Amino acid sequence: MKGYRKYFTNKLIWFSITLVAAFLLNFILPRLMPGDPVAVITQRVAQGMTSQTGVRAVYEEYATLFGTNKPIHEQFFLYVKNVLQGNLGTSFSQYPRSVSDVIMSSLWWTLALQFPAIIVGWVIGNTLGALAAYIKKGFDKVIMPVSIFASNLPAFGMAVILLVIFGVQLKWFPTSGGYGYDLIPNLSWNFIWSVIVHYQLPFWSIVLISIGGQAIGMRSMSIYELNADYVKYARFLGIKDGKIIGYVFRNAMLPQITGLALSIGTMVGGALVAEIIFSYPGLGSTILTAVMGQDYPLISATTLIITIMVLIATFLVEILYGVVDPRIKAAQAD
Amino acid sequence: MKHTLRQVFRSPKFVIGFAIFMAMLLTVIIYPLIITAKPLAILGQGTFFEPGIYVNVYDSIASQPYTLMLDDAAEKRIASKLADDDRIAMKEWLVLFGIPENEIDTTDTEKLLDQWNNSYDSTLRFQGMTSAKRKYYVRLNDALQGLLSTEGVIIATANAETGALEEVDTVVQTDYVNVGKVANVRVFPLGTDNFGRDVLTELVSATRTSLQIGFIAGSVATLIGLTLGLLAGYIGGIVDDIIMFITNLFTVIPGIVLLILISYSIGQEQRGATTVAVVIGFTSWVWTARAVRAQVVSLRNRDHVNLSKLSGHSIPHIILTDILPYIASYVVMAMILQISSGILAEAGLSILGLGPKTTEVPTLGLMMNWAMIYSAHIMGKWWAYFPVVIVIALISFSMNLMNTGLDQVFNPALRD
Repeated sequence: MKGYRKYFTNKLIWFSITLVAAFLLNFILPRLMPGDPVAVITQRVAQGMTSQTGVRAVYEEYATLFGTNKPIHEQFFLYVKNVLQGNLGTSFSQYPRSVSDVIMSSLWWTLALQFPAIIVGWVIGNTLGALAAYIKKGFDKVIMPVSIFASNLPAFGMAVILLVIFGVQLKWFPTSGGYGYDLIPNLSWNFIWSVIVHYQLPFWSIVLISIGGQAIGMRSMSIYELNADYVKYARFLGIKDGKIIGYVFRNAMLPQITGLALSIGTMVGGALVAEIIFSYPGLGSTILTAVMGQDYPLISATTLIITIMVLIATFLVEILYGVVDPRIKAAQAD
Repeated sequence: MKHTLRQVFRSPKFVIGFAIFMAMLLTVIIYPLIITAKPLAILGQGTFFEPGIYVNVYDSIASQPYTLMLDDAAEKRIASKLADDDRIAMKEWLVLFGIPENEIDTTDTEKLLDQWNNSYDSTLRFQGMTSAKRKYYVRLNDALQGLLSTEGVIIATANAETGALEEVDTVVQTDYVNVGKVANVRVFPLGTDNFGRDVLTELVSATRTSLQIGFIAGSVATLIGLTLGLLAGYIGGIVDDIIMFITNLFTVIPGIVLLILISYSIGQEQRGATTVAVVIGFTSWVWTARAVRAQVVSLRNRDHVNLSKLSGHSIPHIILTDILPYIASYVVMAMILQISSGILAEAGLSILGLGPKTTEVPTLGLMMNWAMIYSAHIMGKWWAYFPVVIVIALISFSMNLMNTGLDQVFNPALRD
């Protein structure tokens, strides 16, 4: 257990450093741009405003909000303090809602959609990949081309295709939204059923996309392991095939877990775009409305939330990896 | 080198991928030479014209008519004018009139019209039929009689002085025009988009821009990744620590977040296709850097590198002659993947509304974005978005095939 604690502490420190870096990037990037960002924002917000005093007032308000009249390090602490207090400012495009309110209402949709989808896709993909490597012949000949094709479709492409086939043509599922437009969120059966029905297409489009990539990866890892010396030796000793396969897939699985940790960011990015196709009320659609409405505070907050989400997910996967792979503990115990 | 190339081209996967890619590249180069129209020129007044051949009506009236006696012409004419709803309504009336339902076939226009003409009587009243519905049937019957007439259409012009209409020409039902003799005919193989622009021309131009974006993004990413990876792997020590720290940071922070922040900060006006490409390159070098470093670390202590060091060669010389050749195949494969992921990244950004500015050139992502904003997918206007998805999938499919092919050539453990 000692080794594991060290591994855990290391990862936790690393996680905190990354978090600080993410904060810094989110803070610095928009400020690096030439010119006065507050002036640019004011100009965008005040479009069509005729009163000079009104424009001036808007400028003053954003200058105090972002603290641009203070030195840069003070600005950063002000920013971190505000974020930690949950004060992310007021949304321009959905005024007078606060940014944290807008984000909280869309965050759960994204969480409930993406994480189950990525995990289900990962599990199915790995199973198919392992089977393809083990059975070979016909199964492999079918699974491989299909996986290659599926993993090459962009997430939004898969989303559009599913939407057109099952939503528009067959009319099995609704084409947009997170629940029926005629319903108000409540805990009735009617509403829950509507949510479930609306969930299917976005969910399966993300699952199908992740299946492809995972299956290809798992297949080549399994083939690699199946040809390893220890497998030949074990066969030579006369150990049962089933038992060998168990070891082979456990070993092949480990790089796949690391792969998951490293690709969560990319997957989430793709899934955010897929959300837009279905007008799913998650963070993806929030970014779109924010961009369309030139809503700077909302964009900045959404990207921060996504970063934190991905960081936490990556952290969890790495912790899990430490539990699954005993070599990690051994390496840390030295 | 020659031997390696020959081996690469013996891999069927690589050859297929290469062929698809080259076909697209050639199309993108040759098409604009033949059709020189501007890709963003707005041609159609209206949204989403269906794919097809558009013949100028004015010119076709003026052109020389040919008389063709075709048996099924009248029937086809009526069939195309008679909407599905009208057919169902006719069936309803006929059922009420007393004709058994299984004898009526709404798809057989000739038989349906026959039954209608024999049975319809505007004076008949059925129980429960509203007066509006009854009047609808009267109108429908009038329209059908109009369709069945065999007289031609008179073309008339207004007299400039009196304003009276003067007959110029008559178009009879057996008149045909040779499309080749009509002055103005425009073919839209993929219809027009929401702004009335030719989708095919736009698509070719967009593919070209997207490929350029991919190449620029891939080159930038590979250059940065290669440099950092070589430095970290070969020099080691504190340089390695710093570079790996940054690399690890950017591995975890999602690329799309950086892309969104940077693109938004640049602002719509400054965001040309090249800028977007460079930004994408700057956010996707991480994988190349990691992989190159790992390879270089394992190469660093090989005998031939040590020998080179002992001979007093400079570091750039060692890197160029003793290390780069060993990782070249890997870097090429990584770059192929970077190109295809760069194209995908541009598409994703554009759908989020952060793509290149919309006034200069179309890109695949922008076309997708326009189609989605005008809900082409819900209205069933497949030509506005489906070709785009197919092209993106084909690009990344061909690149991945090439990559897998190369992988199998250079990494014998993966061969089947």
